[in-house]
Amino acid sequence: MSGLERTRPHRRLDLKHGRVEMAHGAGGRAMAQLIRELFTGALDNPYLARGDDGAVLPAPAAGERLVISTDAHVVSPLFFPGGDIGSLAVHGTINDIAVMGARPLYLSAAFILEEGLPLQDLARIVGSMAEASRRAGVPVVTGDTKVVEQGKGDGVFITTTGVGALPAGRDLGGALARPGDAVVLSGSVGDHGMAIMAQRESLGFEAEIVSDSAALHELVEWMLAAAPGLRVLRDPTRGGLATTLNEIAHQSGVGIAIEETAIPVNKPVAAACELLGLDPLYVANEGKLVSVCPPDQVEALLVAMRKHPLGARAARIGSVTEDSNHFVHCLTAFGGRRMVDWLAGDQLPRIC
Amino acid sequence: MNTHENSMNYVQPFRDGALARKLATAIAAEVDPSRAYAFMEFCGGHTHALSRFGVMDLLPETVRMIHGPGCPVCVLPIGRIDMAIRLARERPQVVLCSYGDCLRVPASGGMSLLKARAAGADIRMVYSPADALQLAQASPDREVVFFAIGFETTTPPTALLIRAARDAGVPNFSVICNHVLTPPAIAAIVDRPAGNGPVLDGFVGPGHVSTVIGTRPYEAFAHQHRKPVVISGFEPLDLMQAVRMLIRQVNDGRAEVENEFTRAVTRDGNLKARAVMDEVFERRTSFEWRGLGPLPASALKIREAFSAWDAERKFDLVCETVADSKACECGAILRGEKSPRDCRIFGTVCTPENPIGSCMVSSEGACAAYYTYGRFREPSSAADATAGTSR
Repeated sequence: MSGLERTRPHRRLDLKHGRVEMAHGAGGRAMAQLIRELFTGALDNPYLARGDDGAVLPAPAAGERLVISTDAHVVSPLFFPGGDIGSLAVHGTINDIAVMGARPLYLSAAFILEEGLPLQDLARIVGSMAEASRRAGVPVVTGDTKVVEQGKGDGVFITTTGVGALPAGRDLGGALARPGDAVVLSGSVGDHGMAIMAQRESLGFEAEIVSDSAALHELVEWMLAAAPGLRVLRDPTRGGLATTLNEIAHQSGVGIAIEETAIPVNKPVAAACELLGLDPLYVANEGKLVSVCPPDQVEALLVAMRKHPLGARAARIGSVTEDSNHFVHCLTAFGGRRMVDWLAGDQLPRIC
Repeated sequence: MNTHENSMNYVQPFRDGALARKLATAIAAEVDPSRAYAFMEFCGGHTHALSRFGVMDLLPETVRMIHGPGCPVCVLPIGRIDMAIRLARERPQVVLCSYGDCLRVPASGGMSLLKARAAGADIRMVYSPADALQLAQASPDREVVFFAIGFETTTPPTALLIRAARDAGVPNFSVICNHVLTPPAIAAIVDRPAGNGPVLDGFVGPGHVSTVIGTRPYEAFAHQHRKPVVISGFEPLDLMQAVRMLIRQVNDGRAEVENEFTRAVTRDGNLKARAVMDEVFERRTSFEWRGLGPLPASALKIREAFSAWDAERKFDLVCETVADSKACECGAILRGEKSPRDCRIFGTVCTPENPIGSCMVSSEGACAAYYTYGRFREPSSAADATAGTSR
């Protein structure tokens, strides 16, 4: 926007051709206009509308505890089948709160914008964020924007922080798995990571792979209602299912044995992984969860999960075992055994 | 894995667990109880598949598989990586492109291509060599260098690429050719002095490589050395069937080249691919292999006619021989003389997070495959050294 336009803030942002400029982060009129026209309107809620430095929120109910979690979202490309960085930033943080067993209440969002980002893209991202937040019933109550020079960012980075309320007596944690417990997965693995990779590397697969990005808090409530004894909930994001299982085994001081045939993998994901030499167990998910449940509650848990659209393909994939090495073992579909180890660095495509 | 619908029907039949159990029973009935068998799977893809699917659990205990040197990044000597790193660091106009696996290979002084990238060099991962050529065409002010590695499988794409660069007249593109040849490496393993490692009863021959070169190049070898060779596909049932065919040859006293991978491999291979390889490349007099040392006529270089696209000539690159870490047993492991568990630093100092030797880098490397998939079979000394370090 030119200097002339900045003196006339009543002219609305040009969402068609405009781009993020350094002035949008400088604290002046341009910034105020960007926040007003692009953020506050879309994310509309009374806390944000007050325009103060922070949001004043009601205290949780007596006996409830607060859960807070924060997540920085960097994704390239910004838009992908099944979502974009805006919806991802909402779902990711809601899920981190939800898998603690808490009811997500509020979000904050900090945007780092790169100079030159088309305002059209930003509006689309904020719009999708608002839509995700509205659907989840978790408002974005405070926020911040900064602008960095071109070349110093990747379009936009979004950090969201979530606050949730944890009912009295409910305690979930990665250290609570016990030998004999059942390990349950809510659905197919690898969808998000392969959707991103197919876009990023222009792999041009015939079948489009769609990210599974979704808010899981309602599913979690259904699960906890059916199986109040749930011990562990985790969302297997970066590093995939394999990493999550290793974290649980390590934190709880147990082993985990899974069966490959029980783990759902969508056809295009399996094909893409096969082609690139990747293992879907290590590929990121954004709308799945793993739970560890006492064996006597697992049937009730599966029934409840399968009634929810996000848990329709829920399956028991294995059991917690005693193992001083804290290894995760897998019975392969082929009938052999192997370890499912921690990932070393990035999963890289193989050469031949 | 439960891949839903009628999925992956070109792969799943070769991973059928019920069929595997039947085959396992048949193999168990065919082994001669009075002897043991030691076979080498040459190819890293086979090493990976054996571990990934737990195939060893289905083979009789008297059948031992020894991992061979057919992992492209594992046999790449340190000097070649050092050379590429120097090029990328000393010439800021250079964009060095390579396959993902290559980027983590340890080089001298604790360096790797990934670390050189973190230190500011422009090094990029490509999925296809064609991406590197496109990058060169899109960035005429940069010098795009493709660091080409691999056996005969990845050689034809590199050859096509160099020819395409010539045809399109792309002056700012060149290739560091590290392509190596399979038959000389297999011969070198069999020719080693007696007493170094187990006596091999036969070879599982490479699948993808043989789609290009065919089965014929192994015939003289099998005949002269009296070693059976069975070319195998990469699915676990392929491997089990190949092992069964090897056992039968041993039991019958035969030493032939047999082809299990008939759905992809013919006796003459891919004639077009071989023609383009011949057009662009010629054999080097000698090339150093990690673990095997210098082997005569075992690698390819770019022919004079294409020298304008040869980065070694274009940038006057010199490869210096660098000794492997003394503690690392990669050499003996690549020759099939030792198993990863025989290495003192396996799983302690040398892990996939901090590989000392190249066998720990690629998922096809014997050490990485053991560490990642088979560590639970090992004594617990090497157990769980990494838990919690790799989030």
